[in-house]
Amino acid sequence: MNKKKVYPYWFLIIPLILYGVFFLLPSILGIFYSFTDWNARSMGEVSFVGLQNYIEIFTSDKNYLSGIGHTLMFTIVSNIVKLVPALFLAIMLQEGLKGKNFYRTILYLPSILPFVIIGITFKSVLNYDNGLLNGFLDMVHLGFLKQKWLSDLNVVWGSVIGVDAWRGIGYVMTIFVAGLGAIPKTYYEAAQIDGASFWQRLKSITLPMLTGSIMINLVFGITYGLKVFDIIYVLTNGGPGHATEVVTTYSYQLYADGAYGMSTAFNTVLLILTAIAGIFVVKMMSKKEVQQ
Amino acid sequence: MKNRKIATVLKQLCCIILSLIVISPFYMIVINSFKTKNEAARMSLAFPATWVFTNFGEVIKKGKLVQGFINSLTYAGVATFIGVIGAAMAAYIMSRRRNKFTNFLYYFVLCGLFFPVNYVTLIKVLSTLQLTNTKLGIVLAFTSAMIPFCVFTIYSFVMTVPVELDEAAVIDGASPLKLFFSIIVPMLKPTLVTCFILQFMTVWSDFLTPLYLSSKSKLFPMTMAVYQFFGKSNNQWQYIFADIVLTCLPVILVYLAGQKYIVGGLTSGAVKE
Repeated sequence: MNKKKVYPYWFLIIPLILYGVFFLLPSILGIFYSFTDWNARSMGEVSFVGLQNYIEIFTSDKNYLSGIGHTLMFTIVSNIVKLVPALFLAIMLQEGLKGKNFYRTILYLPSILPFVIIGITFKSVLNYDNGLLNGFLDMVHLGFLKQKWLSDLNVVWGSVIGVDAWRGIGYVMTIFVAGLGAIPKTYYEAAQIDGASFWQRLKSITLPMLTGSIMINLVFGITYGLKVFDIIYVLTNGGPGHATEVVTTYSYQLYADGAYGMSTAFNTVLLILTAIAGIFVVKMMSKKEVQQ
Repeated sequence: MKNRKIATVLKQLCCIILSLIVISPFYMIVINSFKTKNEAARMSLAFPATWVFTNFGEVIKKGKLVQGFINSLTYAGVATFIGVIGAAMAAYIMSRRRNKFTNFLYYFVLCGLFFPVNYVTLIKVLSTLQLTNTKLGIVLAFTSAMIPFCVFTIYSFVMTVPVELDEAAVIDGASPLKLFFSIIVPMLKPTLVTCFILQFMTVWSDFLTPLYLSSKSKLFPMTMAVYQFFGKSNNQWQYIFADIVLTCLPVILVYLAGQKYIVGGLTSGAVKE
């Protein structure tokens, strides 16, 4: 069989052109423009300003740097908050609980909804005076726990990460359930005969056998975390003050203000962060393949 | 034995509580979308004193939901259709004709799984092609953004389709296009459906792309329409809740209808890796 004839390269043309022109080209142009003073008033005439945009990001007193810090913090914390409970939930559901399919359907449900909807919904749920959460705390006589969930500096990140977990845990859990289903039952039977405890089984069987699912969750979780925008934009719009500002919200704001060069510089910072994460993940994956 | 029973009860309790945490905001929204303005503003879980059904009609008119629905359907439907078929063609060639070149292309496309879209320069590219503020421009942006995920998902699936099928078809004199569309595509159907559903829902939910790419309200998908309406309707929560119900309904229906494929698709991707 002549591979060249049967599998012609022109099949690749349309998808690669689309990907190249509308995804890759903007990224490369973004790197280029991040070294210029491109803005809303520069009618096609931009001049090269070297590292000035980056210097502004890393040294100005406009909290830009804390935006990068917030992005990293959100990525790490939100992933831990989702992955760990989701793993135990998945193990629980896997062990043949009555109604497990029903629970799975319900818990997955939030992750299919648009972030905008979830943001607006939780603006209502977390409302100080009438919101569901404070109302519930009043009802069970825990009124002292009531908070201004979205405007108090001390709790606002907790609220954002909580809402994010509310949406995301079911998704992470579903991937774990799938991974658990592929582990042969005989392993656990053997462990049982040896008298292994729950933690021993978790450490020696479940976790090593789940590497694939954990990787998938980490890849999606880390890239999502670094690129987070919608939920923060709708819930807090970066506020109160600049307390919940992240890279993408700064990038959008600067774009809206017409400072295109600065905006692309922020996007380039994000590009570098995701590239580092990507290299890290690919290295881990190839190491795993070698072991197998 | 007794311990096991207690454990089961505790597990059930835990699941029930978690389900309640997930469901109660949904319930709150649905029940409050049937209330009057003052009642809805209290956001309670009680049944409405009088059931108001006109909220929905009002919000469809005020929130421009019909236009939003048509736009969302166009973006999600067209972009996903082109994206999934295009990605399948690429993944098929990369997987079947494996050499240094296609291997490089595969990893080159996978970069897109990680990288953020640079919308500011994307707008510049679109304006050079005279596609700013057009439906076609938005569709193309969505299509290209989903190609990495679809190629990644379909690529490993192509390997499970036996090459003998291709050989038999070639002996029967099938052209490359005929081989792909009448032999390979039917074999790939489960993954293609999964990709289609997942990406359809992703585009439907997307907010950032239209936020950057559509400055005309005529082009707004449902997510943008809802957000605009939320901003304008200063605390008329009965309308906001009705708007949320109507926006969620299509996605929830797609989810319930395609649930088998979603979970199945996540499974095959996760387990094979």
